[in-house]
Amino acid sequence: MASSEEDGTVEEKENNNKKRTKSALTTAWLTFYNIAMTAGWLVLAMAMLRFYIKKGTHKGLYRSIARTLKFFQTFALVEVGHCAIGIVRTSVIVTGVQVCSRIFMVWLVASSIRQIQNEESVILFLVVWTVTEITRYSYYTFKLLNHLPYFVKWARYNFFIVLYPLGVIGELLSIYAALPFVRRSGMYSMRLPNKYNVSFDYYYCLIIVMLSYIPLFPQLYFHMLRQRRRVLHGEVIVEKDD
Amino acid sequence: MDILALEAKNANVADAEKKPTPKPKAKQPKKAKRIVYFEVEILDLKTKEKLLLLDKVEPTATVLDIKALFHKSYPKWYPARQSLRLDPKTKSLRDEEVLQTLPVGTTASFYFSDLGPQLTWGTVFLAESVGPLVLYLMFYFRLPFIYSPKYDFTSSKHWVVHLACMCHSFHYIKRILETLFVHRISHGTMPLRNIFKNCGYYWCSAAWMAYYINHPLYTTPLYGQQQVNAGLYIFLFCQVGNFSIHVVLRNLKQPGSKVKKIPYPTRNPFTWIFWLVSCPNYTYELGSWIGFTVMTQCVPVALFTLVAFIQMTVWAKGKHRSYLKEFRDYPTLRSSILPFIV
Repeated sequence: MASSEEDGTVEEKENNNKKRTKSALTTAWLTFYNIAMTAGWLVLAMAMLRFYIKKGTHKGLYRSIARTLKFFQTFALVEVGHCAIGIVRTSVIVTGVQVCSRIFMVWLVASSIRQIQNEESVILFLVVWTVTEITRYSYYTFKLLNHLPYFVKWARYNFFIVLYPLGVIGELLSIYAALPFVRRSGMYSMRLPNKYNVSFDYYYCLIIVMLSYIPLFPQLYFHMLRQRRRVLHGEVIVEKDD
Repeated sequence: MDILALEAKNANVADAEKKPTPKPKAKQPKKAKRIVYFEVEILDLKTKEKLLLLDKVEPTATVLDIKALFHKSYPKWYPARQSLRLDPKTKSLRDEEVLQTLPVGTTASFYFSDLGPQLTWGTVFLAESVGPLVLYLMFYFRLPFIYSPKYDFTSSKHWVVHLACMCHSFHYIKRILETLFVHRISHGTMPLRNIFKNCGYYWCSAAWMAYYINHPLYTTPLYGQQQVNAGLYIFLFCQVGNFSIHVVLRNLKQPGSKVKKIPYPTRNPFTWIFWLVSCPNYTYELGSWIGFTVMTQCVPVALFTLVAFIQMTVWAKGKHRSYLKEFRDYPTLRSSILPFIV
């Protein structure tokens, strides 16, 4: 009996060690990831500022930062993976929806419909995204390093109040501006008759996407508001980080 | 609600048969042993306020009996809508649990939460099946406002379109009849919002498929009549198979009994698949839809089949796991839905 008990405790210690080493590796990767993303979006911010200061106009700005934007926004898919394996305790679906909507905007709207790239709405959401992402990733970085300045925490949980709605306005106006060009060119669309017996109209798809903001945006917004109340005003309560 | 009442009545009858202790009305004054009555208090799960105090509850009362008593004081919350727990953090108690076997003293406290309006599974199944049946026919007969007005009330010139309508309608009529006469549904109810979710999905999918199959610009399958026949034979084979399995599952359970049994192949060759699979009803269902896809050569049908496959695999794996947990001697050759694969 005694020997089996001992074996049990030895095993337990091994498991604990495994957990601790796994945590160290995970923390290292997450820290690296968040630093890299903060840096990436800072680079984007700098590039945008430099362009505007040099040229004095926003025309052509999107084209100049398109590659960098595509790279860093697409790389954010990794975050969905983080939630899926469980090293980040957030819902896979919430993260998935947010990342997918960003990738959709970048690849399927802004990059593919050249005529809208000089619209003000595009610049609007670009600026909003840049500020949001720099705040968010630096918040995660500092949190992982256990050295979170109150200002970063304050920014992460307060900037969104203004930035979220502004970003949504920018995105919706951009899609709306793209509609006539999509209709005229018939891009990404498939008509009957065809041997697959299916049809797809990108124009109506975009309209449905715009309508989907109506149920989705309030849910995300109030989710963030609830988080904010818990984090900024619920200090006494020990809660699991969401 | 009929199925519920029937099951509840049977549960009580079964219970009374099991316990040897006599009911108070038939108590013999000669018996020296006294029945210790329980006191039950019911508290709200969130606010912890006392909702009801029941004294003189029999030890042989089930959770369902207590729910019935609670319902008398709060008519809005019928038993199917109640969730009673011993502790806010633990799971809901099952209806069949008997009061004296629970880890409580003679004063038991239960936490109540409202599950919201409930519907019986039968009701939901029917709604899920009637929608697609009717919607498909609306597209088949080309009712106004669906296609261009010049096609209203016209009929397709392709034989496969008529065949597809017959198959689709047959599938859902079969499903409706099975829900009414064959299935023995063991779960009582589900929340009201589920009907919107489920019906929304089935109805929209049926409309989407029906739109393309019955479209004036529909393109017939690439390999012509051969492909249509192949699809049809697969579809019919799997429909018969699916029905056979439903009959086997029905005969497995006596009405009112909660004893679980392993399903085995019978003399019917369609049931021999039980050697290889735990949930052949899902296997055959998948087969039917694959047959329908081949027959119509329509991408929306293929996508619907794919989604159905994913969902049914999830259900089959869950059922397979619960079989393995319940029975030590469960046949090891069986997979959950696809033989040897998953």
